[in-house]
Amino acid sequence: MGLRSFMDGIAPNFEKGGKLQAFYPVYEAIDTALYTPSYTTGGASHVRDHLNLKRIMMTVWLAAFIPVLVGSYFTGYYANGAMAELGMTSVDNWRSVFLDTLTAYNPASVWDNVVHGLAYFIPLYITVFVAGIIFEAWFASKRGHEINEGYFVTSILFTLTLPASTPLWMAAVGIIFGVVLGKEVFGGTGKNFLNPALTGRAFLYFAYPAQMSGDAVWVAVDGYTRATPLGNAALGEDYGVSWFNAFVGNMPGSFGETSTLAILIAACILLATRIASWRVMLGVLLGMVATAGLFNLIGSDDNPMFGMTPMWHLVLGGFAFGAVFMATDPVSAAMTNRGRLFYGLLIGFMCVLIRVVNPAFPEGMMLAILFGNLFAPLIDHSVVQGNIKRRLARV
Amino acid sequence: MEHYLSLFIRAIFIENMALAFFLGMCTFIAISKKITTSFGLGIAVVVVLGITTPVNNLIYNYFLREGALAWAGLPDVDLSFLGLLAYIGVIAAMVQILEMFLDRYVPVLYNALGVFLPLITVNCAILGASLLMIERDLNFAESTVFGLGAGVGWALAITALAGVREKLKYSDVPDGLRGLGITFISVGLIALCFMSFGGIDI
Repeated sequence: MGLRSFMDGIAPNFEKGGKLQAFYPVYEAIDTALYTPSYTTGGASHVRDHLNLKRIMMTVWLAAFIPVLVGSYFTGYYANGAMAELGMTSVDNWRSVFLDTLTAYNPASVWDNVVHGLAYFIPLYITVFVAGIIFEAWFASKRGHEINEGYFVTSILFTLTLPASTPLWMAAVGIIFGVVLGKEVFGGTGKNFLNPALTGRAFLYFAYPAQMSGDAVWVAVDGYTRATPLGNAALGEDYGVSWFNAFVGNMPGSFGETSTLAILIAACILLATRIASWRVMLGVLLGMVATAGLFNLIGSDDNPMFGMTPMWHLVLGGFAFGAVFMATDPVSAAMTNRGRLFYGLLIGFMCVLIRVVNPAFPEGMMLAILFGNLFAPLIDHSVVQGNIKRRLARV
Repeated sequence: MEHYLSLFIRAIFIENMALAFFLGMCTFIAISKKITTSFGLGIAVVVVLGITTPVNNLIYNYFLREGALAWAGLPDVDLSFLGLLAYIGVIAAMVQILEMFLDRYVPVLYNALGVFLPLITVNCAILGASLLMIERDLNFAESTVFGLGAGVGWALAITALAGVREKLKYSDVPDGLRGLGITFISVGLIALCFMSFGGIDI
């Protein structure tokens, strides 16, 4: 109980009138992450459950580490492979300091690949986490609400959507935009209408398109260009990867999106703990299959994307990652059960629509989810109105 | 067929009147507090746009354009300077008819829209669609599709904003941003989601 008495001992500093009163949200966040709080809600609504918001968010956060590890492996694999191809014996940035001693840059070695990938993921994640938590804590202490663990999820999901070679300052700008304008101006977690991680990511995409799209950014070696399979597909070229490799994650792309297999394992955890809504995931999948099938049937002579089958849509790009981690965000998704299904269908539909119809834009998942977020309140509204009508008819 | 489909989708998402061109902003912000009212207004805009754009297209092609009066034996006449006047006239007439129709058959919506119904006449989204149609040299069928698409896009945008604003009733916005401030931020974020469709293409 040493930790407990330590936490109790420093508590008076943070409570009202204490020296460090402004940092109370930080203290509270750490305290309740370590121990179940002893106080109860004062308001009228009570849900007695050990699975509180904090535990929910932590589970998602931990589940996200499966794509982190697999994604890091493939990031490292591609970086090492590119270095071997270019004849480089050491990376040309500060990472060489410890990468040179820890690894031999051998693309055949699992250890070398994972460490090389983590050398990109960890600095990026730390930057994102710190930049965002500063603003989160600032708002929390000024506005008197708690620091929410939703931020753990936001930060890791945001990092996973970035290409490995993203400059650190850029990642910081993106997450700050997402946290402040996507969430805090509306009053913090639970009050926002867009997914904060995706808001930040979309902001980066439009503010710095050169670093967020194209051919040069997907492999973390300067001057080495390689298009993502979706980019190839949009140009009508060979995808450059077999279906199985794409499923496992062996293709260029952002950190988290490449490995559908890892994401599926995480999805099982989220579904088994009943944290993520199966209705949303099912809706996204059905929407995607139906729309892609429809485009397959229509066919087209000059647009090769019309012919991409649902199986490929599933494994390429951010589809699986978005469906499992982003679309299921309980705040920005639809709130009614029936609404969740329609919300998912809309996302699946939009994702394929953007991929196929918009020639300028190979990937559609990020925008499809934001679009779904936008219409979630409307979907809920119509579901509720529908229920009211049905019950009125029964009276 | 694919041409019309892509024109329609472009008009709805990529070149959304409200969120990409920021046309029709006054009504967009003012009538977006309730979903039902915004939806009604959206339908009204779809109807007005779906009729005025092709009608203006006919007027332009058979009366105003340089050489358009060749059928009347006047091949050298160019009346395109009358364009604005003619389009506004068509729009005003259309809105009058719509107003009478709503007053008679949908009084609830008529009362809810109030002064903003006649104001559709001067809604820049409506005139904007006609002007864009002429600038792009669309033919009759294309202008019908474009008008309907632009209307659906605008209706979609205002209904989405109304949904978001109804949800934001429960949010805890900092004092200085309450009301119009947070609405502008929301519109900006919504525009971010919509702009995305255009990507780098435009």
